[in-house]
Amino acid sequence: MSRRMLLGFFERETDILDATRAVRQAGFQIADVYTPYAVHGMDKAMGLSPSRLPWVSFLLGLAGAGLKVWFEFWTTAQDWPVNVGGKPWNSLPAFVPVTFEVMVLFAGLSTVFAFLFVSRLWPGRKVRLADPAVTDHRFVLVIEESDAAFDAEKVCELLTSFHATRVEERVESEKEAR
Amino acid sequence: MANPAVSLREPLIAGRKTSAQVSRDICAVLDRRPTALWWSAFLLALSTLLLGVAAVGYQISVGIGTWGLNRTVGWAFDITNFVFWVGIGHAGTLISAVLFLLRQPWRTSVNRSAEAMTIFAVICAGLFPVIHMGRPWLAFWMIPYPNWRGPLWINFRSPLVWDFFAILTYFTISLVFWYVGLVPDLATIRDRTAPGLRRRLLSFLSLGWDGSQRTWQRYETVYKLLAGLATPLVISVHTIVSWDFATSLIPGWHTTLLPPYFVAGAIFSGMSMVLTLMIVARKVMRLEDYITRQHIDKMCKVTLATGLMVGFAYVIEFFTALYSGNQYEQFVFVNRALGPFWWSYWIMVGCNVAIPQLFWLRRVRRTVWAVLVISIVINVGMWFERFVIIVTSLHRDFLPAAWSSYAPTWIEIATLAGSFGLFFTCFLLFCRFVPVIAISEVKGVLSVGRQFDEPLPPPAGARPLRAVPAAAGAVAQTEATQ
Repeated sequence: MSRRMLLGFFERETDILDATRAVRQAGFQIADVYTPYAVHGMDKAMGLSPSRLPWVSFLLGLAGAGLKVWFEFWTTAQDWPVNVGGKPWNSLPAFVPVTFEVMVLFAGLSTVFAFLFVSRLWPGRKVRLADPAVTDHRFVLVIEESDAAFDAEKVCELLTSFHATRVEERVESEKEAR
Repeated sequence: MANPAVSLREPLIAGRKTSAQVSRDICAVLDRRPTALWWSAFLLALSTLLLGVAAVGYQISVGIGTWGLNRTVGWAFDITNFVFWVGIGHAGTLISAVLFLLRQPWRTSVNRSAEAMTIFAVICAGLFPVIHMGRPWLAFWMIPYPNWRGPLWINFRSPLVWDFFAILTYFTISLVFWYVGLVPDLATIRDRTAPGLRRRLLSFLSLGWDGSQRTWQRYETVYKLLAGLATPLVISVHTIVSWDFATSLIPGWHTTLLPPYFVAGAIFSGMSMVLTLMIVARKVMRLEDYITRQHIDKMCKVTLATGLMVGFAYVIEFFTALYSGNQYEQFVFVNRALGPFWWSYWIMVGCNVAIPQLFWLRRVRRTVWAVLVISIVINVGMWFERFVIIVTSLHRDFLPAAWSSYAPTWIEIATLAGSFGLFFTCFLLFCRFVPVIAISEVKGVLSVGRQFDEPLPPPAGARPLRAVPAAAGAVAQTEATQ
């Protein structure tokens, strides 16, 4: 199955925000929006649900902290207890700083790796830009032509009313859609 | 059309820039050939670094008996430098993480270089404890790994072990935070670069960033999470550094005041270092529109606020000594101000408390050369603060028979100079190869303080719809819908 896309090109942040909102309200399926910077309010305009990455951060941070407490307890109280200044074998309060550091390390690194994984970013990934200037100043709205009733002419009119500078249709083969 | 809220604020970025101009201005430095000024600065930094390398090589091969330490003063120059450099790093995290959480849009112009400064400062800091080990090739013994010595584990009750974990975590998280922030900008440079080796390298490093809003949304989430993690982290790091001292029983160190005092001092010294670097960089790299007087003004205010906290801590230290009724504690503080090292104490007070008060004056905060001078003065003062805390607390201990003095040898001074060489070598390379201002973040705040009145784009016209193949190999669609 190949995918047919309609691309609208915009020059201004306000235009792409309004256009995205209008296109979504009209019931069309937005494939993605490409912007040179994180546009404030765009996730709401596109109707994206909040990212679940905080859960990764929370759970892995918890796991890191838990593992570290266990490890500190095991090394200092069980495997080879060493008497340091008569302190108790299990000096839990003294374990707090390192536990905290390891928690931050686990939470931070796992969040970043999870982000790269779900966003499918990796070193050397081949990139196909919607427009060469999309990392510079251009905004691109990509609408998926999901069914036969899709009226490209009407959408085109809608986009132009929001000052789209150009509207284009592209077809992605099945291989490229991956 | 005039929005009254807008006119209340000064524009954050001067010169009525557009997004395309921002990319062009910031990348311009990377495309130019290095100037003679850059080369002379770089060669100076590099030769200082080589001097430091020679000094470190010598003291490792001969032993740290080459230092001015004695049985009474066991910590001096080396640990002073360590605390100084860790402190410098903290302003970077303050700007990138704390100001992000506080929604301060002005941070975008300085966060990239401040974070780079953090990374380089932490590298410089981390070297000193390793050199101080005397046998640095055994530094890996700090890692709790199953070894043939028992396995004998490290002592998790020791603040020095906490410090190892804190510095390592801080370095890793700062580096990752910096790199994540850099990815969209690397993509921007990639797309402006002609095909070739440089572009291939940038493609590799920019991880295939395509500006997708779904990725941007996750990116923002990750950024927020990292900022949320880095904020308590930065406080923990300097708290733990202060515990290296506070958990001992040395009068002058053994106080609960030390953690907040150290954290405030760290941000104070780091902010002044950011000011020093940014004032020079904006001039040399012609970035005055991006790092405006407004930015400098705001950083001066942060410096002033943290400087007052530090000054307050100096007073409280004396009060605590007086109030404790402990004669050893009282002696240490009188000795600090009036003993043989009185000059270092008064340099500290003069540079950190007296001179920064000039920042109350708006005229001073807006005069760039004055800010530059004061920021350098604060850097000197903050180095002396650590020297005062460490050396004056040690050199006259409980028994007068054991009292001694301390003077650094030229080896120690060369090592300090070498750490500055390392720092500036890294920073100058950073200025050449990495956009010093976060391009994508600045684009997001262009509208702050001005009516964003970009001209309307030309209308798409009568023939709006054109069908083109998505890429080579795709089925070409001819004007199907027209």
